[in-house]
Formats: sequence, C-alpha cells, structure tokens
Amino acid sequence: MADVATQQSRTKTAPHRRNFFSKLFLHNLSAKIAALPMIATVLVIFVGCTIWTVYYSFTNSRLLPRNEFVGFDQYARLFGTSRWNVSITNLIMYGSMSLVLTLTLGFLLAVLMDQKVRFESAFRTIMLYPFALSFIVTGLVWQWIMNPTLGLQGTFRNLGWTGFTFDWISNPRMVLFALLIAGLWQGVGFCMILMLAGLRGVDEEIWKAARVDGIPTWRTYVSVVLPMMRGVLVTAVVIIGSGIVRLYDLVVALTNGGPGISSEVPAKYVYDYMFGGGNIGQGLAAASMMLLTVLIIMIPWAYLEFGGKGRR
Amino acid sequence: MKKFAVVAAMATAFLGSTAYAAELEVTHWWTSAGEAAAIAEFAKVFEEETGNTWVDSALAGSGTGANPVIISRIIGGDPMGATQMNTGRDAEELIQAGLMRDLTDIVADLDIDSFYVDQSLLEPCRYEGGLYCLPINIHSWDWLWLSTAAYEKIGQPVPTNWDEYVASWPALQEAGILPFALGTGWPINGIPGVLMAGIGGTDLVMQVNRDKSADAVRGPDFRKVAEAMDMLRSVVSPETMVPSFGDAGNQLLTGDAAGNIHGDWLQGDLQIAGGVPGEDYECLPALGLGTQLTGGGDSFYFPVLPEGTDPAVIEAQEQLARILISPEAQLKFNLVKGSMPIRTDIDLSGANACMTKALALLDNGLLPSGDFSLSSDTQKQLEDLNLEFIADDNITVDDYVERYASIIEQAD
Repeated sequence: MADVATQQSRTKTAPHRRNFFSKLFLHNLSAKIAALPMIATVLVIFVGCTIWTVYYSFTNSRLLPRNEFVGFDQYARLFGTSRWNVSITNLIMYGSMSLVLTLTLGFLLAVLMDQKVRFESAFRTIMLYPFALSFIVTGLVWQWIMNPTLGLQGTFRNLGWTGFTFDWISNPRMVLFALLIAGLWQGVGFCMILMLAGLRGVDEEIWKAARVDGIPTWRTYVSVVLPMMRGVLVTAVVIIGSGIVRLYDLVVALTNGGPGISSEVPAKYVYDYMFGGGNIGQGLAAASMMLLTVLIIMIPWAYLEFGGKGRR
Repeated sequence: MKKFAVVAAMATAFLGSTAYAAELEVTHWWTSAGEAAAIAEFAKVFEEETGNTWVDSALAGSGTGANPVIISRIIGGDPMGATQMNTGRDAEELIQAGLMRDLTDIVADLDIDSFYVDQSLLEPCRYEGGLYCLPINIHSWDWLWLSTAAYEKIGQPVPTNWDEYVASWPALQEAGILPFALGTGWPINGIPGVLMAGIGGTDLVMQVNRDKSADAVRGPDFRKVAEAMDMLRSVVSPETMVPSFGDAGNQLLTGDAAGNIHGDWLQGDLQIAGGVPGEDYECLPALGLGTQLTGGGDSFYFPVLPEGTDPAVIEAQEQLARILISPEAQLKFNLVKGSMPIRTDIDLSGANACMTKALALLDNGLLPSGDFSLSSDTQKQLEDLNLEFIADDNITVDDYVERYASIIEQAD
C-alpha cells in the first residue's frame, strides 16, 4: 500500500526540468527500443517523403527531380489553372456532402440494425458487401447503370416511359451527384458497421435508466448514446475524410474527369501532371496543397482533441 | 560500355552470333487487334533473322497509361531491352540524363539520312550529335473521315473539303444524323492541330508549334481555327459522345454520324469492322484544304542496360535496331498497321486508297506536330483547355484564344 501511495504522490508533483530527459529516454527503455523501427519508418517514409515533396514543389523539376528553385511559380501556375480550381471546388462540394450523408445514413442504418431484427447478420453482410469492391469496380458498375443509352434511362425509355431522364453522368451540373451516389453506395455500409459496433458498446443499463425516466427513444439516441460514441465517431470521420481527400480511382472509372473537366479532383491533377505531363514540380505543388488542406482541418481538431487540459 | 562491346565483338568473332541466343524484352502499347498483329511482324523477322527471343511486354493504356510505366522503369534502373514510344519530346529528358543508348555507330553503315522519307522525323532523336531513337512509322492526325451512308440518307454528294462539310450540317441535323462523332477524352486533343493545318495553313502551324509565337495565336488565322472549334462545339454535346474513337468510327459506318476528325489509325478499326475506303467511308487528308500533313509516329528507343548485362542482349539490341528500319520489316509492319513507312524505297502496291493519298502528300514534306515541338506538359495543358472548351459553352472564342496564347507563351 505504501508503495502505491508514494507512486501516486510522485506522479502528482510536476516533473522537474532535469527529470525530463531521463524520463524521455530512459523511462521504460525496452519499450522505446522496440518502437525504434516504427519511429524510423515514420521519420524516413512519412516525414521524409513529405519534406521531399514540399521541397521539390519549389523547383522547376520536369521528368526528373532538379534543384533549380523557382520560388512560388508552380503555385502561381496552379491557382491560375481553371482545372485545378474546378478540382478544389469539386472536392469541397463532394467532400462535405459525402461526409454528412455517409455519417447520417450510416448512423440511421446502424440504429435500424440495432432493433434486434431477424437475420441481422445477413443484412449486415449485404450492406457491407459494396465495401469489399474496389472503387474501380464500383465506378465501372455505376458507369453502366448511369450510362444514358445503356443504363437506367435507356431501360425505362424502352419500357415505354419516354420522359424518363437520368443523365447525371453526362450533365456537367449533376455529375458530382453521380459520383456521390457511387461513393455512398460503396462507403455507407462500412460506416454502418462502425456505428453498430459503437451502439453495441453502450451499456444496456443506460437504456434502462432512460426508459425509467420516460425519455423518448430518439432523444436517448441523440442526447445520450451519440455523445457516448465519440470515439467511434472520430474514427469514422477520419476514415471517411481521408477517403475523400484521396478520391481518385472512383472518378477515373466513373467519369474520367468529364464531361469536359467538370468532375476533376485534386488527386487526379497530381497524377496527370506528374506522369502524363512529365512535370514533377507542378504535380508536387498540387500534392503539397492537398497536404495543406488536410493540415488546416487536422491541426485545430487535434488541438481540441489532444491539447488543452490533457483530457486523454 | 566499351568493355562489353569488345567482349561482344570477341564472342561474335569466336563463336558466331547464333551461338548466343539472347532474350530481349520489348515494351510497347500496341494492344488492339490490328496493332498486335503488326508488332508480331517485327517479332517474327527479328527471331527468324537472329535466333534471339523477342520477349513481348505489351502495356495497356497507350500514351497516358503505358508511357509512365515505361519511363518509371527506365528511371528506376530496371530498363527493358527496347521500347516503343511516340516520336517526339516524351523521352527528351531520358536522353539528356544519359539513360538511352546512342545508336550512331550501330546504324552508321546504313546511311539512314538517305532513305528516311522526311528528315524532320529524326530531329527529336538527335541530341548533341548522337542518335537516340529510330522512328519506325509515320502517323498523321490530319484526316477528316466521312460516312458515305449518312450522305446517301440526305441525298447529297459526300463533301470534298471542310467547307462543304460544314455547309452540310443543317441538312444532316434535320435528318437526325449527328454531324460530328466524337469519343470522350483525348480524341478532342488532336482536332485543333488538324484545324490549324487545314484552315490556318502551313505558316500558322510553323509559327505556333515551332516558334511558339503567342502573337500568331492571337492573330486572325488562329481565330478562324478557334471559330471552327466553336462550330464543332455547337454540334457536339456530352450526351452524343461515345466512349472511344473506335465507337465513333462505327457511327460513321452505320451512318448515324456523318464525320469525324481523327488520326489515320482509325482506319485500322474501320477496316476490322468491315469498312471499305471509297465505298463505306471517305477520307480527306488535311481536311481537303491543305497540301501538307502534320507528322508524328512511333519510335524505338534502346535504354542503356546496367553493367553486368549479358553481352548477347546488348548485341541483340543492335540487331533489332537494324532490323526495325530494314525494308523487309518496314513493309510487313506498316501494311498490317496501316501507317506510313519511314522509307518509300519499298514496294507499297498493297497500300489502300487512303494510304496512297497520304503517300502522295508525303512528298510535300511533313509539318511539325505538337508531339514534336511541345513538351508533354504543354500538351497536357492544351488538352485540358480543349476538353473544357468543348464541354462548357460559357467559354467564349476570345477566352479560348487568350488561354491558348498564354499556354503557348509559357511553353518550352
């Protein structure tokens, strides 16, 4: 007992300055050695490559990396290019709609699934199935379905409903919604599974207590259960968010950026200019802007989540 | 390298070349039926004459999909024995970085200057006195393909030039025929160049593509080109576009569409689909207006192989280089491929009607195409602009000219 007491009192006192380094390096030494490969990987591959990317985005590298600095020229060209500006707008539009809808639909489906339905595992499999398909397959499937002459529109017109129109894929104003349908079809099931796991993690006692107090079910979900699922929500947002930022293969398979340039996305710009255009500098400038976008969102969130009073 | 050459020479001297059968990996993006048959002709001649093995590495995705793979392999230190690429500036930096083999000595005794039909073809291959690639055929974008069936339906003769063709559009539309067929994506990209050569004329092509003069783009001649693009835009919409250029060809054969501007490789698809030139479709080189074609094509490059490579493979590279431009292989390959050969000192009596028209125009010399004079970066920017212009009616002709000019201004 005495041991425990002293340990507690030690952790409560503020760490001294000279203790700091010995604690950083020597405390739990074996664990730190075990973590070395991971730390090296992070530093070299993630941090190192990121620095490399940003560094060469300030050069005029074409097919091969070159050390000739041109300042912000690549960025100036980037933001003077209508294709890039369209890509950014598309990403923001698609991203916000996709994030909100995936979370909402995923949660609603999870709630429905949570009502102790029969054949739950069968439904779960069906809903999760699209997630097992790659975006390329998803894109191709929906390309067939939404093709104006071969897909739904053609089928319904052949059946006699000649006024039926579903040509989003070839309509510059609607093509983003076509992407959204395919993206949601693929992603909602996974979000539902995450949410379902979160719902199952909520203690049955809480439901009993809410019932005793006479709180309506929907109210319990919104005010009690949702806040308790904070961890799952954060995980879902991070996974969906990273999927949105790197959106590429779905666009390539479904529309290839068309009609015109109306469904272009930043990741496709990066690829096209690095490999198709043989312009590494321009591609890396675009990649750096994507990184910056992510940081602008992540830093305030990380500050709120992990900073402050050390809640976690 | 010299050491290996010596070893190879000694080995040849002592043992004879047939004793060393080598495997040579060749990458290319000829994956369609007609193309694959054509490259097989090269492989056959190579294997018969040298006893070496041709290891075929076909890559899907043509210039946009396969080219990056080929370039990454060479940069990444895993070069193939030989590779096809478009004649032009795609491999420029690889040559400058010393990653491609200098072929000067290998073909020195062949006197290639004497039989290459146009010297401008070899220009992209030359760098600081060396020769780094061998063009093996000539392609041209400058063709207006017209559907005989469509003009029969409206009871008009098939147009003989661009102006007549444009004049026939209202009648075509009235009959429910699509005046211009177009595949989605890159096929739009060759069209401004064709209009520039046909409507704008030789001088304009030279000023824009070779001299990169933004003033020429802002001038009256280019404006006519932009206006022609605007007219095309009025009859093309995303709903009427077909997935690929081959589908556009089919629309011509059935008479659903009246015309299409596309490179001569469209003919391969038209013929496989059973079309006969002069009966089912007509071809107008340089839109029936000009007398010169802009020429591009395919070249073979031979990457520098890493130290320690079997000398027999290096020798096989040399043998292949010589075979590719030999009269025998040129004839077999190009008749199957439907492209023009790089030498005309061979018997081309097997050429069809359209190819004969093209061969006649070859004597007037080739115009430099965008591939030759503009970097892939600039070409990509122009492609984006063209795609945007065709799909978005809010971009005026003035905007188009101005943006085209600013891309040419920054071109290198």
